[in-house]
Formats: sequence, structure tokens, C-alpha cells
Amino acid sequence: MTGEDTKHLPLEGLHHAAGARFGAFAGWSMPLTYPAGVMKEHLHTREHAGLFDISHMKLFEVSGPDAAALLNRACPLDAGALEISQSKYTLFLNEAAGIIDDLIVTRLGDNRFMVVANAGNAVEDEKHLHALAADFDARVEPLDRVFLAIQGPDAWAALARAGIETGSLLFMHGIEPRQNWFMSRSGYTGEDGFEIGLPEADARDLVAKLLQDERVQWIGLAARDSLRLEAGLCLHGHDLTPEIDPASAGLMWAIPKEVRASGHFIGADALRSILERGPSQKRVGLKPDGRQPVRADAALIDTDGNPAGHVTSGGFGPSTGHPVAMGYVNTALAKPGTRLFADVRGTKIPVDVTSLPFTPHRYRKG
Amino acid sequence: MANTYFTEDHEWLRVEGGVATVGITDYAQEQLGDLVFVELPEIGRKLAKGDTAVVVESVKAASDVYAPVDGEIIEANTSLSSDPSLVNSAASGDGWLWKMKLSNTGQLDSLMDEAAYKAHIG
Repeated sequence: MTGEDTKHLPLEGLHHAAGARFGAFAGWSMPLTYPAGVMKEHLHTREHAGLFDISHMKLFEVSGPDAAALLNRACPLDAGALEISQSKYTLFLNEAAGIIDDLIVTRLGDNRFMVVANAGNAVEDEKHLHALAADFDARVEPLDRVFLAIQGPDAWAALARAGIETGSLLFMHGIEPRQNWFMSRSGYTGEDGFEIGLPEADARDLVAKLLQDERVQWIGLAARDSLRLEAGLCLHGHDLTPEIDPASAGLMWAIPKEVRASGHFIGADALRSILERGPSQKRVGLKPDGRQPVRADAALIDTDGNPAGHVTSGGFGPSTGHPVAMGYVNTALAKPGTRLFADVRGTKIPVDVTSLPFTPHRYRKG
Repeated sequence: MANTYFTEDHEWLRVEGGVATVGITDYAQEQLGDLVFVELPEIGRKLAKGDTAVVVESVKAASDVYAPVDGEIIEANTSLSSDPSLVNSAASGDGWLWKMKLSNTGQLDSLMDEAAYKAHIG
């Protein structure tokens, strides 16, 4: 299953010991499930605390006098307007305003930022940033870290028991609590939670402490996917691609109005003209009727049998108890409540356009 | 007296009086993970060995289950419509998928017995 080029997590041995079943994702051999299984892992995260090894994701430190200017060029962002420790969800766009990647930028200091990027795009992202950095007095440094996420209502308490206080840290803020650590209150599940980048030795110590707490369990990539889908969060490569712009994707909330109007980010002109004429398709939630899941790439048709769009992510929502999906539909069909049909192996499954998320977010905002 | 056979695709068949009850093995359900939907076959459908008879869907993916031999569907396990997880909890019992009337019992000779299947999955 895994070729020679497959990358392995630094903590792979711990996952083997925990009984993980592995699979390939974005060039990495990743734990997909543990013996509890995806359903229980998913529900455990929503009820208690799930521990995820997300070391396939990449942390970059961007620093130097022009660090903010570099990020403002690379992303539709006003990096200089971020408070120290404030995080912002943002995008790398191409000249056509297509989404190269989605990422989170956190301001660590006056001239220092942390960028967290997706595994599948880490190499491209690094090249992209390095190429842009040539025009700026700024350094882009990929960091060698283990990256862990702990998600769920008990995440903060489990961290406290492990000796890490999170009290004053609010959603979408990040700090450096120890040397070479980066910890943000963020995640990919819709729950309160934290993402922590740290050196391997520290990570082994932290994992051991966390797993002594009965509220904490390892959670695999399969449940990570069902959790994020219920939370209506995008997976780059599926729901976001270089052919999709932020207006179609419903991500304009991530781009401040002033930045839209006057920003000098790559793709600014293309995005302005897309906004002027309005996107021709939109990302929507899709709720299939019945129990049969509707999955990525299924074609969508309207009630007259005309092509309406396609599904980009789909599966079963363990917390909702029904299938959940998202996809792109013609703008005229994007209103919640619109009845469409998904073609699943020749059967037309009724699906209703619905607002996202399927499961309410429970972030700790203040 | 029922005879049980196994296939390389991780199905089991319990054959009695020219009728086979078919399911997936415990090994297969473990590989698939939690099932959330089973697309059952129509009664009366005639299948050739290798045709897709049933689609089992886990949280993450859909997988085909093939007809292990030729025959005609005479019953589907409708209790899976409301509780597909029976395949996980009782793969070789209440989680059976369908019953088929065999049209070529000679095909059974090429299938494995339990000892051979155990060796096959290692």
C-alpha cells in the first residue's frame, strides 16, 4: 500500500502500539482508525477529548522587517492589523483567485508570524512563499515539529491536568508557551480545542501525560474527516481547489472589506471582477434523504433533471445520525431548502440544500 | 447439514439444500469499519459469479460485495436497512447479506474451507 516515498509520522510507533490501522493520505502513512472505530472516535471527540497526530501538516515561521508585507502579498490579508497572538484563517490564491491552499496565520511578534498549511500542499506552499520572499526582507523557515490537536469539550481540562494552562487563550489565538512550542486554540472539528506544534521529545512526554487521562483518546483521520464535514469545514483538494475562488467557496468572511477593495494580494484583480459579476456556483451543505451516503464526485441534478453541480465531500455524520455532504451548485439553486438529486450508482437520491454547519460550533470565543 | 465456504474476497457462504446464505467475514467487517448503510439486492435478480450483489457503506467509503457463485437472489437481510451495524457486530450471523439459489453447485468446489481461509488472511 505505501511506497518508498511515503512519509512517516515521528510518533508512528505510538500509533502502532495503540492498534491503529494506517492508510495513505497526502503522501503520508496516517492512522485512519484505532480499535474503537470511527463512530466511537468521532463521538468521543464531541463528548470528551480527541487527540490527533497532525504532524503531516506544516508549520512555517515567517519573520523579518517585511514579514507582514510578504503575507499581505501571498494572502488576502492585513497581517499588520493582527494583534500579537491573534490568528486568522486565510488563503493562498493564484492570479485567477483560485485557492492554492487554505491556512492559518498567527502573529507571534512585531515581525514574526506562524503559518500552518495543509499536508498535501506543504511543498507547493513552501516554494510559493520562498519565491515571493525574494522580493521582501523576510525569511520563511519550515519548522521541524510534531503537531498535535486535542479537540473536544474536555480538551482544556486534560491539558491543565497535563500541566498546560490554557485559561486566557481564546479561539483563534496562538502563543508560544515554551521554547519551540506553538499552541493555538483552534481546530478542525467544530469543537473547542487546541493545536500544538512542539519538538518530538516534548511531544512524547505530553502524549504520555494526556493518554493517562481517561477523557483523552487517540482519534484517526477517518473521524477527523467526519468531524470536519459535520462542522462544515473545507478540505483542500476536495471542497477547495485552484479552480475555485473564495466567493464561490463562501469564504469571503475570511477577507476583510478593506483588503478586498485595496489589497495588493495575488489574485486581487480577478477576485474583484468575480465579485462584480457574482459567482456562478456556490458551496452549500447537502442533506441526503434516508441513510445512504452521497459521496465526493456524485453529480447533482435539479428537479427538472438538469445538471445542478456536484458533491465535493460526503459521508455519514455520526453525531447528526444521518448522511452529510457538501458540494457546489449553480448560484440559483444555492438557497437552503432547494431539493436536488444526487446520482449514486444510477440511483437518484433526494438531497436538500442546507446551511452549514450540520453540528453547531462550540468554540471558546470569550 | 450445512457446509460453510469462504472466498478470497472475504465472503462466507453457508450452503444448505441448494441455497447459500452469504455474508462478509469478521476480517472484512474489521477492515471496512463501522457500516452505516447496506444497499440490498432485489429479490429475483440473477447473478453471475463476480457481479456486484450488495454495496456496503462505511462512514468513509462504499465497497462492493460480489456474488461468489452463480444464482438467483431469493432473500435479502432487510434488518440491515434499519441496523447496518449488525454486519460489524455479527458478521457471520445476524449480519448476513442475502440468500441465493445456486445454479451451479460445482462452483463451490473452488472455494475455501475455514482452515484454508484462515491461512489466506494469515
